[in-house]
Amino acid sequence: MKNSTNLATGVVASLQAAGISRRDFLGFCATLAAAYSLPATAAKTIAAALEKAARPSVIWMSFQECTGCSEALTRSHTPTIESLILETISLDYHHTLQAASGEAAEKAREQAMHDNYGKYLLVVDGSIPLGNAGFSTIAGVSNYDMLMETAKGAAAVIAVGTCATYGGLPAAQPNPTGAVGVNQLIKDKPVVNVPGCPPIPVVITGVLAHFLTFGKLPELDALGRPKVFYGESIHDRCYRRPFYDQGKFAKTFDDAGARDGWCLFELGCKGPVTNNACATTKWNGGVSFPIQSGHGCIGCSEPNFWDAGGFYKALSAPAQPLKVGAGVTAAAAAVGVAVTFLNRGKKSAAKAAHETTSLDDLEK
Amino acid sequence: MDQLQLLTWARGNGLNLALTIFVLGVIWRLIEIYGLGRKPDLSAPRDVPGASGWHTIFRRSVPPPGMFKTSPVSYLGGYVFHVGLAVVVFLFAPHIELIKNLLGVAWPGLPSQMVDFITVVTMAALVVVLIDRITKPVKRFLSTFGDWFTWALTFLPLLTGWLAVHHLLLPYTLMLALHILSVELLLICLPFTKLFHAFTAFGSRWYNGTVNGHKGVPV
Amino acid sequence: MSASLDKGVRVLKEIIDAPIASYFSSCVHCGLCAEACLFYTETGDPKYTPIHKLEPLRRIYDQEYTLLGRLAKLVGLSKPVTDAELAEWQELVYNSCTLCGRCSVVCPVGNDIAYMVRKIREGMSASGNAPDGLKGAVTRTVNIGSPMGIKLPAVKAQMKHVEADYGIAIPLDQEGAEYLVMLSSMEIINFPEYLGAIAKIMRHAGKTWTLCSEAFEATNAGMQIGNSDLARVIVKRIVDGAEKLKVKTVISPECGHAYTALRWEGANLIGRPFGFKVQHIIEVLEEFRLAGLLKTEGMETDRLTFHDPCQLARRGGVIQPQRNLMAMIAKDFHEMPDAGFMNWCCGGGGGASAIEEGEELRLEAFKKKKSQLDAVKPKRLVTACANCRIVIEEGLEHYQMNVPVVGLTETIAEHLPDSVGNE
Repeated sequence: MKNSTNLATGVVASLQAAGISRRDFLGFCATLAAAYSLPATAAKTIAAALEKAARPSVIWMSFQECTGCSEALTRSHTPTIESLILETISLDYHHTLQAASGEAAEKAREQAMHDNYGKYLLVVDGSIPLGNAGFSTIAGVSNYDMLMETAKGAAAVIAVGTCATYGGLPAAQPNPTGAVGVNQLIKDKPVVNVPGCPPIPVVITGVLAHFLTFGKLPELDALGRPKVFYGESIHDRCYRRPFYDQGKFAKTFDDAGARDGWCLFELGCKGPVTNNACATTKWNGGVSFPIQSGHGCIGCSEPNFWDAGGFYKALSAPAQPLKVGAGVTAAAAAVGVAVTFLNRGKKSAAKAAHETTSLDDLEK
Repeated sequence: MDQLQLLTWARGNGLNLALTIFVLGVIWRLIEIYGLGRKPDLSAPRDVPGASGWHTIFRRSVPPPGMFKTSPVSYLGGYVFHVGLAVVVFLFAPHIELIKNLLGVAWPGLPSQMVDFITVVTMAALVVVLIDRITKPVKRFLSTFGDWFTWALTFLPLLTGWLAVHHLLLPYTLMLALHILSVELLLICLPFTKLFHAFTAFGSRWYNGTVNGHKGVPV
Repeated sequence: MSASLDKGVRVLKEIIDAPIASYFSSCVHCGLCAEACLFYTETGDPKYTPIHKLEPLRRIYDQEYTLLGRLAKLVGLSKPVTDAELAEWQELVYNSCTLCGRCSVVCPVGNDIAYMVRKIREGMSASGNAPDGLKGAVTRTVNIGSPMGIKLPAVKAQMKHVEADYGIAIPLDQEGAEYLVMLSSMEIINFPEYLGAIAKIMRHAGKTWTLCSEAFEATNAGMQIGNSDLARVIVKRIVDGAEKLKVKTVISPECGHAYTALRWEGANLIGRPFGFKVQHIIEVLEEFRLAGLLKTEGMETDRLTFHDPCQLARRGGVIQPQRNLMAMIAKDFHEMPDAGFMNWCCGGGGGASAIEEGEELRLEAFKKKKSQLDAVKPKRLVTACANCRIVIEEGLEHYQMNVPVVGLTETIAEHLPDSVGNE
């Protein structure tokens, strides 16, 4: 990766070098404009900004992660526009994508931080373990130390993937490593959460592009997620919604309802409680998303989705096996019988103490 | 605790707690009430077919002659919200799914739009009986805190469920959590309030029918 | 002079059973019982709501027999019932309730409210909070023999009158007779035609019968005041008499609560089933009719209607027989609205007519009976309870309605051949 601040070798030049025509580039800007619900004229503004932009330095830190987020971003059968956003930034540090390794890689990172102090973007994927510094280290440095040090000079932090945003699967009960997300640790820098397991690639690049175009992060919701991508639930945009509304639910994965594409609520779909762009933007260049493939949404862009009662348990079903059984019944019967014992005793005592009423006894 | 955690708690520990207290309360209260027993009737019975406790359990759901005209709101409002509640609780697919998870039995549900409509009608009926309770002298005279509280306990699950499905007022996750929590509150309070008539009305009707049946009067 | 709150509360603790517990737990405050009670419908005062008449009993049930109620009492969240409250409830439990049972058949959750009023009277009487009128009635019944103070000589005198008028001997203390006939004070004093009618009917049907010198009074003021100890004393007399005379059936006269006291409460009061049958005179007449033993002649031709006494019909199970008997002798019979099972009370049963201070309320409640009569517009009213007769006559007079009231038994008797004397 070149560390470049050369305006002449800006975004457009590098895109053209990669074989992307200007027409394609403008189309990409129009897509971004639409994604942000900006007017059509904004596409030109985005294009102009990107053309002029110097390639900002991006340092990508990977902590307790599976690399799925990077995989999603780079996975392409044909060169996708999303992956080419990588050409508009100077990705100065990335474990799996960089050529260098070992001390050379760390040196490159330190150089980039020094040269672009206060201006570089810090992208984080993977959770940070607080339980023991030794659970996850890079070059002998704990994730926590590396994060805090690197964040100091960052203009903003982009937490990519549910691990970096909310702790992710490592944080599932009993959270043995004490995994937490970035925003629990970084309080003095703008942090944007781009959750998903993994996030939709264009969502990642869309956030980057927004920063490049406007110099700031997009509008965020209460969970720190860009409203433009996470403002609506899967449920509200799901193409199977009419079946939900009618009460037509698939009961197994291969029954008639499933084959007819009915709603997957009863098979555990968490669409109603999950905010993401899967139902509209979809995956693999708009090919499909889990529900379209016949599997319920697992809610992967929501905090604590991993401990939300099981992927195959409907939202109306209990989240865990119930502990109301013979024990409770027996205890209840015992209480009832005890009270009845007391009651009958009281009644008998009253009867035994009965003083036959004579006529005189009618007067006080 | 965020919304999803609250929802997960409501579906998990909350449900556990509520069902525990509910089962505990129902069994305890049933034994507490019926354990008192009653003396056998030594008078000679009059044997009239159709007059018995079992008959009264069903027959008492029909207004006696002349009473419907006297109190149409009580009967109509009462029937509509009871039947409506039953339909919404037992014939809405997501609820049937819950019952399937709890008891292992399931049955076909009604189309969700129908349940939606019936929910609105049920809520309207509840509002009507509330107004009736406020405006009619006898009902107002008899009403205690328990009556208002149990009305709210019954109304809230309907309202929160309906709001959740329609994505109104609060985000769905939170609204659903509140819906489930409101049901749990209802379950916890049921054995200890007048709502326990859901169980004891059958016993009361049976006693009534038995005593009158002994005399040969079908009630 | 030993009635006390303690005694009253103790008695109430004794009588609370599973039905009462179930009833209190089921009440949803719907107020339909009030709509069925003539004391509420004719006054509009919610305090006469039937279930409200039981409030002290409900508190005692709660505080004594429920875990949460006991805890509430312990920490002071629930106040114990006071003597003043019981005194306040006297009007509700006695003056404004005849145990007619309409509330019991109307309650949607199945509460037998009349049963509970009968039971709360146990505590009311034991605590000294029963009305003076009923105290007097039960004292006279126990000490003298009848609530109106009638003694055997008076009965014998009436027997002589009837024998003279009807030319039929009235048996007394005849051992082995099939039927033991009971009388109510009302009949002895006000409606001696009843005794004559019995004599005629029995002779016509060819049945043996007798009065009992030690037990001629059917009315049970002990039951009306709601005190089982005293009710037992009165019932025991009848049981002893019936057993001594070895009768097969004891006939309860045209009276409502006398029938309830003997037929339904009797065996439970003495703690064992009866060895004899108990029948209301109307039931006996119906049996005779079915056996072809009543060959009536002629019909009443004026417009008639029938008032069903609550304790006979709704609370006693005798609803159709009176109609069959009316069909025998009434050409122009019309049912009043709500006749039969749902009939409205005359307003004076259950001891209410003995409570002087309740008269104004009774007359106001009578508007319901008046409305039934206004709807059916009879020339005369037939009924089968002497107390209903008196109460209705008083009510009709108050509202200046000219509708004579007659008893069914005497009317039947008038249409039997060999009619001598009174027409």
